Amino acid sequence: MILSRRWLEAMLGRSLDPKDLEHRLSMLGTPVEAIIPHHQDLGDVLVARVLEVKRHPNADRLSLCLVDGGGAPVEVVCGAPNVTAGHTYPYAPVGAVLPGGLKLEKRKIRGVESNGMLCSAKELGLGADHAGIFELATDAAPGTRLLDALPLADDQIVIEVTANRPDLLCHKGVARELGASLSVPFRLVEIPGAAPVPAPERSASASGTVGGVQVRLEDTEGCPRYLAAVIRGVRVGPSPSWLALRLEAVGQRPINNVVDATNYILFEINQPLHAFDLAQLDGPAVVIRRAGVGERIVTLDGVERTLSPDMTAICDARRPTIVAGIMGSATSEVSANTRDLVLECAYFEPRRIRRTRRALGLSSESSYRFERGIDLHGMPEAMRRAIALIQAVAGGELTGPPLDLWPEPTQPRTIFLRPDRVSALLGTPVAREEIERHLSAIGFVTAPKDSRLAVQVPGWRPDVSREVDLVEEVARFMGYDTFPDELKPYRLGTVPDAPAERAKDRVRAALVGAGFYEARTFPLGPADGPDSVPVLNPMSAEEAHLRTRLLPGLIRRVEHNWAAHTRDVRLAEVGTVFRRGDPGTKGPVEWVSVAGVLTGGRRPAHWTEGAKVPDMDIWDLKYHFELAVGVSAPDATVSERGNAWEALAPDGSVVGWAGSLGADAPVWAAPLFGFEVRLEEAAPLPVSYRALPEHPAVERDLALILPAGVTASAVEQRLRRNALLEAVSVFDEYRGPAIPGDQRSVAWHLTFRDPTRTLRDGEVDEILARALKALEDELDVRRRAS
Amino acid sequence: MPARPAVRGGLHLVTQVVNEICEIFLELGFTRAVGPEAETEWYNFGALNFPADHPAIDAQDSFYLGDGVLLRTHTSPVQIRVMERHTPPIRVVSPGQCYRRDPFDPSHSPVFEQVEGLVVDEGISFVDLKATLSTFARRFFGSETRTRFSPSFFPFTEPSADMQVTCSVCHGSGCPTCKHSGWLEILGAGMVHPAVFEHCRLDPERYTGFAFGMGPHRIAMARHGIPDIRLFFESDVRFLAQFAGPR
Repeated sequence: MILSRRWLEAMLGRSLDPKDLEHRLSMLGTPVEAIIPHHQDLGDVLVARVLEVKRHPNADRLSLCLVDGGGAPVEVVCGAPNVTAGHTYPYAPVGAVLPGGLKLEKRKIRGVESNGMLCSAKELGLGADHAGIFELATDAAPGTRLLDALPLADDQIVIEVTANRPDLLCHKGVARELGASLSVPFRLVEIPGAAPVPAPERSASASGTVGGVQVRLEDTEGCPRYLAAVIRGVRVGPSPSWLALRLEAVGQRPINNVVDATNYILFEINQPLHAFDLAQLDGPAVVIRRAGVGERIVTLDGVERTLSPDMTAICDARRPTIVAGIMGSATSEVSANTRDLVLECAYFEPRRIRRTRRALGLSSESSYRFERGIDLHGMPEAMRRAIALIQAVAGGELTGPPLDLWPEPTQPRTIFLRPDRVSALLGTPVAREEIERHLSAIGFVTAPKDSRLAVQVPGWRPDVSREVDLVEEVARFMGYDTFPDELKPYRLGTVPDAPAERAKDRVRAALVGAGFYEARTFPLGPADGPDSVPVLNPMSAEEAHLRTRLLPGLIRRVEHNWAAHTRDVRLAEVGTVFRRGDPGTKGPVEWVSVAGVLTGGRRPAHWTEGAKVPDMDIWDLKYHFELAVGVSAPDATVSERGNAWEALAPDGSVVGWAGSLGADAPVWAAPLFGFEVRLEEAAPLPVSYRALPEHPAVERDLALILPAGVTASAVEQRLRRNALLEAVSVFDEYRGPAIPGDQRSVAWHLTFRDPTRTLRDGEVDEILARALKALEDELDVRRRAS
Repeated sequence: MPARPAVRGGLHLVTQVVNEICEIFLELGFTRAVGPEAETEWYNFGALNFPADHPAIDAQDSFYLGDGVLLRTHTSPVQIRVMERHTPPIRVVSPGQCYRRDPFDPSHSPVFEQVEGLVVDEGISFVDLKATLSTFARRFFGSETRTRFSPSFFPFTEPSADMQVTCSVCHGSGCPTCKHSGWLEILGAGMVHPAVFEHCRLDPERYTGFAFGMGPHRIAMARHGIPDIRLFFESDVRFLAQFAGPR
């Protein structure tokens, strides 16, 4: 929303400093996005009178003007056809700087020296017209600064209006807030040449006649209140400069006096109006009804639109002429030929407008305001002011008082406010008088009622519906900064710290400690599995599904790093994944997944090793997978499956996977591996201390021949049956000529210890013999002949 | 000669910021609470006092999954879930990922992190809101930090406020980070709207409370001078390593 500082100043009857304005509005809850100086770059331009116009001696299209710019008359070459002796024009003398930075110098044009320039509106940034120079309607003496002669210099105050405050979408609403803040009254600016307008006549029924036009309000749900007036004999033409300048100052292009007048009322008091050509109405009638199925209208933007019965249309006797509250048709619009017009001042139901606007994909200044709610009770005054303005700028005769159809009138809302509730909620005592003062300054009407205040809410504040809304109004005008901010004692809450967050902390710490950088990948992407959840309204086809796994996203991130010539990459992510819910359940199933990808050198290179380190392989992967499983799903066990590993929960379900990954890899890249595990929330049990050994251990090496299909872990499982085996580790694997077929030799280092006494070698020999017997019987594993 | 380096990793900067925020609130007696990212319209909007078909919903354009389920546009639904399950006093912060149908640009991402907070008890007032959040700001941005509160609008709080802090880069004198205003807007807050209490079957006459929410991505960008939010999602090791602490 763009405000004109000058317009606000006119309403408040005092000057405003843009910086102060910005601060005040922000502290009242309306942030200022920008303050844009408007036409302040015209400071060098003067008012000048042309004393004499002669033909340029060397050019037919140019004239030579004698110009009184305040000092001694000077000669100026001018190319405009409309320059006339005795008239007044904007004049940029030598040395002046024009908008856009052009600095005027004395120079010869076709052999004649020109002392500056007479300017067109376009050259001054005042409009598109550059065919002729800009004739000024001013009594100011030649030499007066243009900015002193015309109300041009302004500041555009761009404010951000929250969705709850439609009243701030106009100058009146903002002036009301500023007036309360500055303790000055505000009033609407007098319209030059305005005549009194009779008050609208309320009709208790839903139809009536005004100026010979039948008005029928059929859709009272979509349009609770409808005012109409007929003005005959208007002269459509350009607006007077004061009106054009006001609109131009808020970024609106002047169109014609009638349309400009309705726009002025919109930006002044936030009442959208619609003026349409009576001659184009069949009937003549104005019918406010639901649109018929498939009814069509060509809107002002030239697009044919199909309406439906959940939209309100303003129709003549035959067809829709306006999509209510949004846009009119090209045919019914006021044109240069319009003589008689119907002026509409309506309240359209906000939700209806919003749904229609979305369905048609069509919005306008009007729909924006109707959607937020306009002042239902201020409409008669808005109508009178609009008529007065149209008559002042376009003439015309009002054919009788405006018609006001409001079949089910409502009273302004009254809310009861407890002053002690204000103090309690704001945490500081607030006197009843102070409450009343703040509320009445912005148009609320207060009256004592028992120990409370009965507060009548003005129509322009549809957001205020409960006591607490009034508390906010009081707090706003007291100023949020006036409240203390000293920390008081508090009671601890009853909610335990979320186990899910604690689990995420644990797994992140473990993976970061193992050398992973944490990644956060984008959770939307292409479908990555049969169960992936589609988004109904994605922003692109590539981001139309929620991820079921983290690994695909991480692989893309590795490729991104490869593209930046990074070879060593270890990324881990802890993130939410989703899959389609089971039939009969609402929404997807989601859980937290933990994944890692690794590629490149096992550790950073160092000069002592000739800067060569081996690349990570599947055994690095297995280590990190077991680490991730240990911290994410402590009850799960890792087992081999084909060329990969799985983590199996105690119930046998697969909760994790690790293996080699395919990717779009450059030739210099190392192999890529990855793992993914489902995160369990349960906290691990505290670790119980085991006494440190006091007796020596007995150590043995053991080389075994394993037939195909027998895993090292199966062997270890059997060795561990003896409680005295303290530690077991593989130190070699061999396949080759010395071992027949698809068998292999695996060598273990075993540590035996009895915590209560010193073990003897003979005991260990016996234990080993028993273990070898079991291995041979159960797994066909034998000791390798040395 | 150079030392032998070890493999090194690090938490994502957004995680670090989320953790820092949560740790300060944990010191102030809060605990963490979480909820699902795929939420119902009721939890995401209705229970939070967003009227149906109201323009306030436009600011939170949503990804819909069908069946009245959408990707949550804020972590505020966790407020509702906590109040439904627990009795006051409640002091929670809820970190988590949120989704809005905004195209990527240097300062917007359709996916972003949020940390919300909720305090509910008897006798909680606007002064408690200001005190708690100002304390947080001083702990997070430094003890010299000043705060400024101004009115704002959120359907689920009334009165509502925005909190600004003196710019952590220029300390208030004006710089590009704070757009030369000297202030950074870092969080929205407000007193819990009575309608929200009613939706959770808590008596708004007995209990009052405040809620607040902030965006760790934004805060990280302001504090660390990161020009483009997309850097957070690229997972470029060179970016991640910058925030992994001293070598």
